[in-house]
Amino acid sequence: MSSTGSSAESIETRESAVLGAPILSLEHVTISYEIEGVWFDVVRDVSIPIAARQVYGLVGESGSGKSTLALAAMRFLADNGRVSGGKITLNGQNLLDKSTAEMRHIWGSQMALVPQDPGTALNPSIRIGEQVAEIVTQHDGLSRREARARAIDLLRGVRIADAERVATRYPHQLSGGMQQRVLIAMALSTRPGVLILDEPTTNLDVTTEAVVLDLFRDLIAENGAATLYVTHNLGVVAQICQRVAVLYAGEVMEDAAVGDLFAMPLHPYTLGLLSALPRLNGGQRGQGLRSIRGTLPSRRNLPTGCIFAPRCPLAIEICRHVKPPLESAAPGHAVSCHRWPEIKDGSVIMPEEPNEVVAAFHSSARGSTNESRGNRPVLSLQVVTKRFQVGDILKTLKNVIQRQPQQSVHAVDGISFELQRGQIIGLVGESGSGKTTLARVIVGLINRDGGKIDLLDADIAPSVGNRSERMMQQLQMVFQNPEGSLNPYQSVGEVLRRPLITLLHYNRAQADARVKELLNAVHLPLDYADRMPGELSGGEKQRVAIARAFASEPEVVVLDEAVSALDVSIQAAILNLLSELNIAEHTSYVFISHDLAVVSYLADVIIVMYLGMLMEIVPRAYLLQAPLHPYTEALLSAIPLPDPESRRERIRLESDIPSPVDVPTGCPFHTRCPRKLGAICETETPPWRDAGDGHKIFCHIPLPDLIAMQGESLAALTPS
Amino acid sequence: MLSYILRRLGFVIITLLITSVIIFTISQLLPGDIARIRLGREASDEAVNALRVTLGLNDPAPVRYFRWLSGFVRGDWGVSYTDNTAIFPKVIDRLTKSMWLALVTLIMAVPLSIVLGVIAGLNANKPIDGVISVTSLALIGFPEFVSGIVLISIFSYQLHWFPASSSIPPNITFGEALRSLILPAITATLVLLAYVIRLTRAGVIEVLKKGYVRTAVLKGLPWRKVITSHVLRNALLPTVTVLAISFGWLISGLVVIENVFNYPGLGQLMLFAISRRDLDLMQAIAMVTVTVYTLANLIADLLYAYLNPRIRFE
Repeated sequence: MSSTGSSAESIETRESAVLGAPILSLEHVTISYEIEGVWFDVVRDVSIPIAARQVYGLVGESGSGKSTLALAAMRFLADNGRVSGGKITLNGQNLLDKSTAEMRHIWGSQMALVPQDPGTALNPSIRIGEQVAEIVTQHDGLSRREARARAIDLLRGVRIADAERVATRYPHQLSGGMQQRVLIAMALSTRPGVLILDEPTTNLDVTTEAVVLDLFRDLIAENGAATLYVTHNLGVVAQICQRVAVLYAGEVMEDAAVGDLFAMPLHPYTLGLLSALPRLNGGQRGQGLRSIRGTLPSRRNLPTGCIFAPRCPLAIEICRHVKPPLESAAPGHAVSCHRWPEIKDGSVIMPEEPNEVVAAFHSSARGSTNESRGNRPVLSLQVVTKRFQVGDILKTLKNVIQRQPQQSVHAVDGISFELQRGQIIGLVGESGSGKTTLARVIVGLINRDGGKIDLLDADIAPSVGNRSERMMQQLQMVFQNPEGSLNPYQSVGEVLRRPLITLLHYNRAQADARVKELLNAVHLPLDYADRMPGELSGGEKQRVAIARAFASEPEVVVLDEAVSALDVSIQAAILNLLSELNIAEHTSYVFISHDLAVVSYLADVIIVMYLGMLMEIVPRAYLLQAPLHPYTEALLSAIPLPDPESRRERIRLESDIPSPVDVPTGCPFHTRCPRKLGAICETETPPWRDAGDGHKIFCHIPLPDLIAMQGESLAALTPS
Repeated sequence: MLSYILRRLGFVIITLLITSVIIFTISQLLPGDIARIRLGREASDEAVNALRVTLGLNDPAPVRYFRWLSGFVRGDWGVSYTDNTAIFPKVIDRLTKSMWLALVTLIMAVPLSIVLGVIAGLNANKPIDGVISVTSLALIGFPEFVSGIVLISIFSYQLHWFPASSSIPPNITFGEALRSLILPAITATLVLLAYVIRLTRAGVIEVLKKGYVRTAVLKGLPWRKVITSHVLRNALLPTVTVLAISFGWLISGLVVIENVFNYPGLGQLMLFAISRRDLDLMQAIAMVTVTVYTLANLIADLLYAYLNPRIRFE
């Protein structure tokens, strides 16, 4: 169930396909919100004209106003919001002059939205078929029966194979990717002239995202809709858009054809975003990603000059006083910066990220006990297993009576690996691969059922409650969501003192001194010790969570999607911080992420998991060359590269990851494998093939055959 | 779904067993000897002891418990010592009367409170929402004995629409009793109203914020259709379950209202049993009350599952 196809059409053909006058046009749009009686302009003077067949990207980080703008383009705003300036025209008619009743004839028939979170955008108590049928009944005046048949056709149109069955399901019975297809089917059902896509693939796995992006590309070409594509992901922009506007704090910084933007970015913010992005074929940890310092300006206190000046490494005096106009730097390329001519001719370049040294991070209390460890692993997992029972008492009873085996989910199935001192192991896989369960099993939040975990040669108990204080001191964890992992009623100082006092037995004065060092190490000002988590930004909270994990001077830190919820500029700063701490402390990490580019930036060795099992262990140096496990190859191929010129053999996993209750026999990946050999994959457990240098592949295909199959498609990923 | 129903039924049985133990234990702990209460203070110790033997009061507690429980299950609930009549038909008659009252109350309260709650929720923080919320809260502030008496003085003494006393004879039909049921039902409705309105209002406000409501609006559906097919079905889930549970309260919790109107419901019988220290009658009524509550709860769970496919298709 996969396809290999030719690469996306080139940028030139994408551009030349754009014809005629704009269908949807935002002209000098300003959007205001009333908060506690005060009106704030959250989007200021934004103009975006979108022609038929054109996919116009709107890219920005959280707080840029991109989703507000996207919904305003449909004349849909919260009760406390209004468009306070400019025009929004659809086929020449100003939508701002229309009443809500008039908009109801336009919504769904001439303009449609595909929202970010498919899970909440579908009504949980109505069958899928009815939800799709409803819109065609409304706008095309079909009868109930006709609408039902039409709904099934529409579901087929978004490549849902068993559309009849899906139509009778409820949303919670479908996977996220399938739910998103249903929303796409609804949006396209009336062939609207305008499509608004608001981060439509952000919550999907990378494999599903790739399939959905292909679908968008095909369907937009078929329908010829003018499309506004809102995203934070520059890779997605490069892969699907023809033009893009870069939005920062409610203003357009740069607006260009996608090819031009990536080839010749002229705004320091665009440059910053592009160099903050870890890339598959880019540098490794230590070769600093450039982060964008500072935070979004407060809406109560906007800078008088350039909105980006307070964070801009190239800002000069004029930037702080005079707002730069959005001016044309080249045909079809507008930029809002005083210094674009200098950036364009290369007379000024972005400064390198200073290599900040983590000073005095180690307390003197830490002896040299670990110096003599030689090259024995600090953490070693041997055949670690975790099963979850499925079903309730009745089901168990039934199984016992009918002498059937108990159903259980092998969330983690026989995982073994070793982590050396100072090493970073990256753990990747789709959702449902068991990586988060494995992280929790390692730190003892979930009790393992079988296998052995050694921490510095000592076997550690399954449950954290049965582990010694010393083990807890040596093994720490950073969670995905810093909002949830910091107690909102404890100050940062209290949060950081806790492990120092309980695990290292510091007295209050020692702990206070150490808190300062910790804040220093994670680049937070010292007065943050008195702040409450609620006063911190997301990135700052994650720094505190990291400082807490490092406070007890652990040997091993498990990081579960620690940067996934962060904006790219902040993610870069956190990745840099993690590299620094690793280099300065020789602390070892198990770094879990769904993002292979991030993992390959940070990790020495990458472990690929699928349905609770290891598929491949690959040193970073070998990640982009054949041979690779076909699953790893598919994951790599699915990543939308932030390079509009990239042309590659695409591998798409069309079907969803199987239910972990029903793991396929033989090789668990055979149901989706594009390189499947035949019956042997379905019946026999694959061997571990040794590609040398610690690179191991769990596959039936002999290595030379893999190399022959994969050579070409992987070559496209390596730097040209 | 079948497994869900079976599991819920299992819970009902377990709950009833546990509460039967509690009821039995409490009745054992109550001061006073049943035989002594029946025979009076002047009776001789021999007579009391003889009665204890015939009543089986000297048997060990577990034996008495199982005798009582098996009797209860078989419908043999004993004899009320106050008037030497069988308890079972007496309690069932009162239960029926209570159900009539509960039914009439729900017929009045459900549409009224849901409609008002939905109007308030759809117009949150607008004047009409304020009027509905303040009025319903003011009404819940009145104790039943005040609102009941006010209703009697208006509708019975001034307008002569309904009888002031709802004391109806035992062998009356529902149709004949209806006129007597209206005023107590209105009184009970006033108690339920504010609560259900607030719950419905909160549900509607919550659901209006959901992504699927935005999806429905941006499909271009008429506002009425958005409300009926997308908002209400999800917003009324908590209301429906609370209404089902409140059925239990309407059956056995209307002691004050039944007394104000002199209505022969279960609550009044309970009061009677307590004042006469009729232990067997008390136990029977307590068990019936608990059964009604757990069944109301079961109905609430099943309704919730029926309306919510996330539970129906686990």
